[in-house]
Amino acid sequence: MNKETRRAAPSVSLPPGGRTERSEGFGGGAILAIIRRDLLLAMRRKSEVLTALFFFIIVASLFPLGIGPESDLLRTIAPGIIWVAALLATMLGLARLFAPDHADGTLEQMLLSPTPLGLLVTGKIAAHWITTGLPLVLLAPVLGIQFDLDVGALGVLVVALLLGTPLLSLIGAIGAALTLGVRGGGVLVSLLVLPLYVPALIFGAGAVESHVSGLGAGGHLSLLAALLALAVFFAPWAATAALRIALE
Amino acid sequence: MLTATGLSCVRGERRLFAGLDLAVGPGEWLHVQGENGAGKTSLLRILATLSPPAEGEVRWQGEPVTVLAEDYRRAMLFLGHHGAVKEELTPLENLTLAAQLDGTTLDEATALAALVRFGLRGREDLAVRFLSAGQKRRVLLARLAVRKAMLWILDEPFTALDVKAVDMLSGLIEGHLAAGGMAILTSHQSMPLPNGKVLQL
Repeated sequence: MNKETRRAAPSVSLPPGGRTERSEGFGGGAILAIIRRDLLLAMRRKSEVLTALFFFIIVASLFPLGIGPESDLLRTIAPGIIWVAALLATMLGLARLFAPDHADGTLEQMLLSPTPLGLLVTGKIAAHWITTGLPLVLLAPVLGIQFDLDVGALGVLVVALLLGTPLLSLIGAIGAALTLGVRGGGVLVSLLVLPLYVPALIFGAGAVESHVSGLGAGGHLSLLAALLALAVFFAPWAATAALRIALE
Repeated sequence: MLTATGLSCVRGERRLFAGLDLAVGPGEWLHVQGENGAGKTSLLRILATLSPPAEGEVRWQGEPVTVLAEDYRRAMLFLGHHGAVKEELTPLENLTLAAQLDGTTLDEATALAALVRFGLRGREDLAVRFLSAGQKRRVLLARLAVRKAMLWILDEPFTALDVKAVDMLSGLIEGHLAAGGMAILTSHQSMPLPNGKVLQL
């Protein structure tokens, strides 16, 4: 009896057929929605985000402990080590980018959503950067102190990471999309993505090194920014194409 | 009106079906039947544009779906084998976020009403991973009540549902058809709904 009344309840009107009216501007709302959704999911699965972060802290802290208190040597190797640690920490989070959504069918629904898949992929990459890249940028100055970097060098390091970590997320997304659903995808994604990370590593670490040696970091930072601008345009498109293939 | 002509599907070396024609008009529903592995899910995926047919064409209101793209996807709702429900989120969050990804907004009252209707009263703030398989399925099916779509493509919608939920879902589909909607579904059960056609693969 109760069931019958519930079924007849007009609280949810049935589709009269026809198009759903769109309430927000085209796509912008959907991008924000998926960023919010992915951040919410990251909050509910804190351990995965924290693992990458602790990995970054530990790797970058082991070197000063292992090498000893030779500040000249530490200052020379600092940018390289912090950048390599950032690369590896970003890699750890890549498997998380599309795989859970693929496993539970959410990715299929995204493909079928009226919102273009490219926008949703862009949103997912942005959320990935907020959960893995941004914490690295914020932590880097603290870790840099261990390597006896001065304030100017720490500033350059932060700017270089601010330009470089989104680049790592964008390039990584292509690798993650290409290896989606492939057995042993975790190893494959490292093999695919790490060579592509080389330019970011060279210019990112180079910016700090050239600042320390008095040459000025401008050139390296500009090149890093140019790479980022390129990646912002092409990486979501390439990742979307790869996802379409993986989902077929 | 959804029409398909000369559809064929090849999986690996095997040809699952060929030369398949079908048409579903307003108020009609199509029951796709066949043994396991006959290609039911493959057919639904082709109709939902998730995979391209080896041959043939799917048309919606006379236009090829590949041309319509977004317009077709807006008019169609596909629910597959997978949950498409996030275990970490609550049923309420699942519904509202799914709507936002589609570029529409869903107010909380409507979402709640849909969940209550699917017998999830009191569970709306509990993470989905604490729910049973049948309840997870109900969360997914609640999308049928909140997402406006003319064509429903449902793959085994009755899996894991209890008798009550099966009744409720049948009622929902009946109402959808009565309002001029269309439905294509696979099921191993027979369904007492009007205007049904059967496609045997």
